[in-house]
Amino acid sequence: MLAKTDTVIHTNDLNIYYGDFLAVRDVSIAIPNNAITAFIGPSGCGKSTVLRCFNRLNDLIKSFRLRGNVQYHGQNLYAPEVDPVEVRRRIGMVFQKPNPFPKSIYDNIAFGPRLVGYKGNMDELVERSLRGAALWDEVKDKLKESGTALSGGQQQRLCIARTIAMQPDVILMDEPCSALDPISTLKVEDLLQELKEKYTIIIVTHNMQQASRSSDYTAFFNVEQTPKGRTGYIVEYDRTEVIFQSPKEQATQAYVSGRFG
Amino acid sequence: MALSNQQVTEIKRARSPLARQLDSGFVWLTGMFAVGVALVLVAIAVRVGWEALPAIQQFGAGFLTSSRWDPVEDIYGALPQIYGTLVSSLIALLIAMPIGIGVAIFLSEDFLPNKIQRPIVFMVELLAAIPSVVYGLWGIFVLIPILRNMGVALNAGLGWIPLFSTRPTGPGMYVAGVILAIMILPIIAAISRDALVAVPPELRQASYGLGATRWETLFKVILPAAFSGIVGGIMLAMGRAMGETMATTMVIGNANKINPSLFDQGSTIASLLANQFAEASGLQISSLMYAAFVLFLITLIVNVLAELVVRRVRMKV
Ligand SMILES: Nc1ncnc2c1ncn2[C@@H]1O[C@H](COP(=O)(O)OP(=O)(O)O)[C@@H](O)[C@H]1O
Ligand SMILES: [Mg+2]
Repeated sequence: MLAKTDTVIHTNDLNIYYGDFLAVRDVSIAIPNNAITAFIGPSGCGKSTVLRCFNRLNDLIKSFRLRGNVQYHGQNLYAPEVDPVEVRRRIGMVFQKPNPFPKSIYDNIAFGPRLVGYKGNMDELVERSLRGAALWDEVKDKLKESGTALSGGQQQRLCIARTIAMQPDVILMDEPCSALDPISTLKVEDLLQELKEKYTIIIVTHNMQQASRSSDYTAFFNVEQTPKGRTGYIVEYDRTEVIFQSPKEQATQAYVSGRFG
Repeated sequence: MALSNQQVTEIKRARSPLARQLDSGFVWLTGMFAVGVALVLVAIAVRVGWEALPAIQQFGAGFLTSSRWDPVEDIYGALPQIYGTLVSSLIALLIAMPIGIGVAIFLSEDFLPNKIQRPIVFMVELLAAIPSVVYGLWGIFVLIPILRNMGVALNAGLGWIPLFSTRPTGPGMYVAGVILAIMILPIIAAISRDALVAVPPELRQASYGLGATRWETLFKVILPAAFSGIVGGIMLAMGRAMGETMATTMVIGNANKINPSLFDQGSTIASLLANQFAEASGLQISSLMYAAFVLFLITLIVNVLAELVVRRVRMKV
């Protein structure tokens, strides 16, 4: 295999616990390079939990434990010598609720690059990132204004711009459109197609159309009741056309056609 | 689609007249409380100003620059007290601000398990409930002996610095500063902690998600987001320190003089009032009122400045 593999993230029998509670079990998945992979499934089946394992954001939760391994370009992300801060600089994240800092638009974008002591031209980087998130034309005259004064859809694109300013390798998106109106949602979806030229994207979504329209691969998660609580698992993972048109599992078929429950 | 007349009356009748009257009555009542509080403030200011009027006419602005407090000749000036008020509160702030904010950071992050953190938060807040006369007594019997030894050493070693240029005798400006620092510490710590805790957790996630470390997150995201709350706490504490009477009077020495040395004795506006009000009459009472009025104004100026700082910073970040 190449140093920069076709598979960016690879998990093998991953089990994720919060305390004693097994939240997700047996996750084995290979996320391909420069493609959009969607995670779909009912609430509470562990989509966010798995996503947050990929940039070690779950480390912040005290009760979090993980068994199995997550490989990033062949490197075990949870090896003791791996620095989670460094991981998060390469694997960026966009959250469900837009969360710009209460700082100017400019400073929101410059925040990450300043952390790593970016030496290049900051103005250029800010412009490039905002263009990359299809927000430049709307905010170019008010870069000094607060990021929190933008509309919800603009805030979310600002958060995307802030993430790509770090020039990451992978972008994780946890239901990035769930708080947005339909027009803003379409804008973000268009943006996804542009972003996948450069980045590997993993997106959690509740919106079936969004998954089928935007993604190349889809993983369908489900939950089952166990004595210790509700544990999530991946039912089926395949190319998006397969998941939506000819899934192998009955449950997948039921979910994607809206007959679920 | 138009509504029928019947439907329109139904909309109008949806709530009983009594409910609506109670509703507007409640709005009036709370409105009057709000206005009432503001009126009390104005009334106090007017009254103090009115009582001070003879002294204001007699001494004018010279009251602020004169150090003479002479009941025999009936000539008054409050410069040493204005100086003492500002200096003792400033010492208190310089000590209490870093410690209080540090305590707030420590108690708002998850350094400690909840079971230990909660009692500590409670105890810090309890510091604010100790009566000031108790602080004063503690200051006289515990703090002064400790501080005097440190002061003597400082004076011996660094006596060439004007701040340490006299030998501490016991009570003095520095004792007042330290006592006030302890008294305002819980205010700064509690309000700053509330402000830090109120920062939305999403911001913390965003910062970590961009590859910030814990300390970068704290200093570049959490503290700036909590800035206005923290400044609010500091201002409240400053107001408390400038107005604090009992403890200050017990440990500051009550000397009518200005000395750059912190080990010398001094007085504040509040301690002046406490010491003299009982036996004062005539122009002396009026002068005390004038001093009180000045304290009022200083507090007001400090608050306005704080508001400006907060706005300035909010525009920048
Ligand atoms: N911080 C946490 N502590 C304990 N349990 C959690 C935590 N976060 C999520 N869970 C649990 O893990 C399961 C999966 O949650 P989540 O990953 O948020 O699901 P999804 O994103 O698919 O809706 C749920 O049962 C949820 O209650
Ligand atoms: Mg989720």
